[in-house]
Amino acid sequence: MSAAAPTQWPVLAVRNLTTAFRVDGEWTTIVKGISFEIGQRETVAIVGESGSGKSVTALSIMGLLPAANSRATGEILLEGRDLLKLPENQMRHVRGNLISMIFQEPMTSLNPVLTLGFQIAEALIYHRGLKRAQAEAETLRILERVRIPSAASRLHEYPHRLSGGMRQRVMIAMALACRPKLLIADEPTTALDVTIQAEILELIKLLQDEEGMSVAFITHDMGVVAEIADRTVVLLNGNAVEQAPTAELFASPREPYTRALLAAVPRLGSMKGRLAPQRFAIVDPVTGAAEVVPDTASTAVVTERPVLEVAHLVTRFDIRSGVLSRVSARVHAVEDISFSLHAGETLALVGESGCGKSTTGRSILRLVEPDSGTVLFEGEDVRALDRAGLRAARRRMQMIFQDPFASLNPRKTVGGAIAEPMIVHGLLGRADAHDRVRELLRRVGLSPDMASRFPHEFSGGQRQRLCIARALALTPKLLVADEAVSALDVSIKAQVINLMMDLQADMGLAYLFISHDIAVVERVSHRVAVMYLGEIVEIGPRAAVLENPQHPYTKRLMAAVPVPEAGRRRLRRGLSTTEIPSPVHQANYVPAPRLYREISPGHVVQAFDA
Amino acid sequence: MTTFLVRRLAFACVTLFAVLTLVFVLVRIVPGDPAQLILGDQASREAIDALRQRLGLDLPLSQQYTVFLLGALRGDWGVSMVSGQPVIGEVLRVLPWTIELTLVSLFIGVLLGVPAGVYAAIHRNRFADYAVRISSLLGLSFPPFVSAIILLLVFAIALPWFPVISARSGSVMAWYQSITLPAISLGLISAAYVTRVTRSAMLEVLSEDYVRTARAKGVPWNVVIWRHALRNALIPIITVVGLYLSILIGNSVLTEIVFSRPGLGKLLIGALNQRDYPMLQGMMVIYTLIVVLVNLLTDLAYGFADPRVKLK
Amino acid sequence: MSTGLHAAAPSPFVYFASATLKAFNTNKTSWIGLAVFLIVVLAAILAPVLAPFDPNDQNILEKLRAPTLEHWLGTDSFGRDTLSRLMYGARISLIIGVVSTLAAMVIGTAIGMLAGWHGGRLDTVTMQAMDVLLAFPSLILGLILVAMLGPSMVNIIIAIALTSIPPFARIARAPTIAVKEREFVDAGRALGYSDTRILIVHILPNILPEILVMGSLWLANAIRTEASLAFVGLGVKPPTATWGGMIREGFENILDSYWLALVPGVAILIVIFALNLLGDGLRDAIDPKLKGEA
Repeated sequence: MSAAAPTQWPVLAVRNLTTAFRVDGEWTTIVKGISFEIGQRETVAIVGESGSGKSVTALSIMGLLPAANSRATGEILLEGRDLLKLPENQMRHVRGNLISMIFQEPMTSLNPVLTLGFQIAEALIYHRGLKRAQAEAETLRILERVRIPSAASRLHEYPHRLSGGMRQRVMIAMALACRPKLLIADEPTTALDVTIQAEILELIKLLQDEEGMSVAFITHDMGVVAEIADRTVVLLNGNAVEQAPTAELFASPREPYTRALLAAVPRLGSMKGRLAPQRFAIVDPVTGAAEVVPDTASTAVVTERPVLEVAHLVTRFDIRSGVLSRVSARVHAVEDISFSLHAGETLALVGESGCGKSTTGRSILRLVEPDSGTVLFEGEDVRALDRAGLRAARRRMQMIFQDPFASLNPRKTVGGAIAEPMIVHGLLGRADAHDRVRELLRRVGLSPDMASRFPHEFSGGQRQRLCIARALALTPKLLVADEAVSALDVSIKAQVINLMMDLQADMGLAYLFISHDIAVVERVSHRVAVMYLGEIVEIGPRAAVLENPQHPYTKRLMAAVPVPEAGRRRLRRGLSTTEIPSPVHQANYVPAPRLYREISPGHVVQAFDA
Repeated sequence: MTTFLVRRLAFACVTLFAVLTLVFVLVRIVPGDPAQLILGDQASREAIDALRQRLGLDLPLSQQYTVFLLGALRGDWGVSMVSGQPVIGEVLRVLPWTIELTLVSLFIGVLLGVPAGVYAAIHRNRFADYAVRISSLLGLSFPPFVSAIILLLVFAIALPWFPVISARSGSVMAWYQSITLPAISLGLISAAYVTRVTRSAMLEVLSEDYVRTARAKGVPWNVVIWRHALRNALIPIITVVGLYLSILIGNSVLTEIVFSRPGLGKLLIGALNQRDYPMLQGMMVIYTLIVVLVNLLTDLAYGFADPRVKLK
Repeated sequence: MSTGLHAAAPSPFVYFASATLKAFNTNKTSWIGLAVFLIVVLAAILAPVLAPFDPNDQNILEKLRAPTLEHWLGTDSFGRDTLSRLMYGARISLIIGVVSTLAAMVIGTAIGMLAGWHGGRLDTVTMQAMDVLLAFPSLILGLILVAMLGPSMVNIIIAIALTSIPPFARIARAPTIAVKEREFVDAGRALGYSDTRILIVHILPNILPEILVMGSLWLANAIRTEASLAFVGLGVKPPTATWGGMIREGFENILDSYWLALVPGVAILIVIFALNLLGDGLRDAIDPKLKGEA
């Protein structure tokens, strides 16, 4: 596990790589003369936010850029041989053979009409000249090495039967079939749940040791970097601003941008001892100047009646199959959820995919109709409201969604979008709404002149601010943030979170913060609820739940989160292959009643078999 | 797989019923008395009544419907007003001609269209692509009777390579002579259609992640195209070609007229012009059956091409 | 925070106009298509002024003449001037085509949007009905409808419109479902907007480009169907000049006066090709993947 310094023969030496693309006739340079090296058995992390050029760098190394509209210059030396000078037919022998690549989206990276066995064997057939039978035998061996259960039966299966984590293992198997010298991994775990991510990272590390290969790991997650990288290269807008051994980079970053990046990353465990949620101390990426964040008091108003009271909420979705479309099974998305939320308080719902956190948020707003349970909003029973009542209630509870690109109507000006709720509900006339729009834009940190622009002219973080402005137009009391910051870059994430916390302090907003990112949750929440398979398994004040987790699932979740501090690398765990079970049950399934224990004031845990 | 088949069969039956009912309704909502329209303005009251009775038009509607349905299912589709022969016999006599023309045209269309579409997709935005796109657009802009007339003028009238009236008489050569022009006239239009579909399906597939994975593995480019990409593109191509078949069947009517070729088309036109209602009913039934069968076959082909479908 | 957005923003109208222009410019052939189509439309509108002869003016002495200086496109078997008949025939084709396509577009889009929006039973039943209609060869259905109802301009329009509704419903339904899933629709519901408002103000503008492109392509189809109907003898009754009817009459004399069948045939081809160029070019603009710049 020791960091290998670059030897005389680095496996890969990138010198002054410059890549440009032609879009609509104009050439734009994306990668601007970067240089770095990857040594034998070394793992180098290439980090950056979106637009930094990290993926383009990887594609340039692999020679996978579209030939007609791109141009890469400089030198890419693979054990001394310049890849940029190779003709295509020779480059083809490098790909999948000497250098392999795995990609971010396991769900779409495998060919749906070819069997898994064939897709892996193909590399062997083309690069090693193996016959079909030999290739299949070798494929079986490889599948076992990536720890896929019942490998023999998988050979003839098609990709759609596998989950994301399994597919990524198959991708790794495909990449390693010919024992390459270098593996380029382009955000391979970003689309996976955190427990699955931990397993895949372990697998890559293990295979690296076994094969003696080098790894170039592209990511935006500083926690992952700390877990696995020997050295780190930081990219910003196509420039390599800093490179250093990982420990050094984290301990004493030199460049302002690196400092800004590290400051914006929430570290799990950094809130120990603090009672209230805390803003991020934003570092200016140009000057390196750091904000000073005072300890703030909690904004929660616990003396009054809670703004939101949810009791025994159940939401299930029917699955119909068969010729007559009878209900054959149900998805138990939300099973018996109860919690309360005060004004000025943030309650986080954390969990992995399929746990029901999103459905809970939508059920409360009745975007999806719950099956049973009560939802009291400011004392009023939301489920009993008629159409007009629901419309009125919706003024006071709002939602912000995950995808800032899809949350705004592309054909409406942003000013129109923000004004629309006020006009539709008859709260303001057009002229007054116009003024209020300007005020709201200022409130979320945007210029009021932007009101007549269209969404596609804004960046992701700006769009999320616009969505917040639109949600605020009706002066709500409750804001459900459904993975609202998950799709944003690290530094933008921190800024938007700061904005949300400021608004909470000013307006006494209550947040239901739905997220899978525990580190972020640690910073912003007063209380945390952990969800698994539609149920809350643990709920309580943030410090109690995160520092003293009781339920096994909570513990497993906490253990899987990568921590962005060098020197905190976990010991090699035994490799396991868990699948996240799905909350689908037969049509006549009746869930067993759950018991809850209170460990300490407010900290409640679901009873489990030890 | 069985559920899938059962579902499709059920849909086929529903379609059949719906169209039969539609036929029934259409024939009876025609303004004016059908019997009178057949016999003309000069016919006497008795003649009209007699005809009405013969056609069963004097029975209450619900009874007419049941008689009609049962008859259709049993194979008794009535008797043609014009020829006096059973409708079903007339239809079955000419059916093979139409099927033959349709199949050969489709074959030509796919044989020319798929490679052209793949070629255009590979060379996208270069001259070859533009040429293929423009010519395929031109090809499918031809109304079928216009392309038929042009071919007739050039290859049967100006250059007497083919007969003006296409009805074979026994030998292979005669068959070739009678089918070539009509099949080409339909086939070129089909090829244009298939080319476009193939091109857009290939472009869609070539931009998918798994093609990038195949290239990253070092698979040769032509293997990527034909094995990785085209196999996936076949799925939408099969779907669209299946839909196109019903257009092709409609177009064959016009082609059969221009080339004086026996087939359902000629029968249909005759029945339309002479108000031969039993024949029209029968023709609608046969067209429906053909289309339903085509849809089933397309679905089956689709099921073979796409492993994800097998599960259902 | 406000990087690169310092210039004054254009008004929404200017923005949409320039977007349309950009769409046309994406594939330059759409300009050609538009130009040719407009020429035909102009010729049709100005037919009473431009046509050298009355289209129904029979002159037996002049019958079946090849093209001459007096009759640029020759005469038919009744001695009527082909060019004039061609121009008047354009009016019939265009009127029938445009009216039936517009009607089908409006009705079909409404059906498709409602089916896609509500989903569930309504959607399944509606789409199965559309599928049943779509499955049947539309030309034959059209033929039978016109034969039943009687060949008049109104009936032809109705028949073509009816067979055109299912494709529009299908075309409107798919993007409605796709857009329905997008988060700004959920946001709208969370903000308390009514379903109608969301459908008309939010969803419709987003699917309009696809519908309009389909409209121009379908217009080509409608004109072709009208010509086919006339060719078979079910078009607007003679002596009114229709392109299909002219081809039909020309076909009877095909052995000696081939131009009578050829000329209107080429005319139909040109109009359909122009419309296809137009629609296809526009479609490239709204679907970047098809251009090859994914």
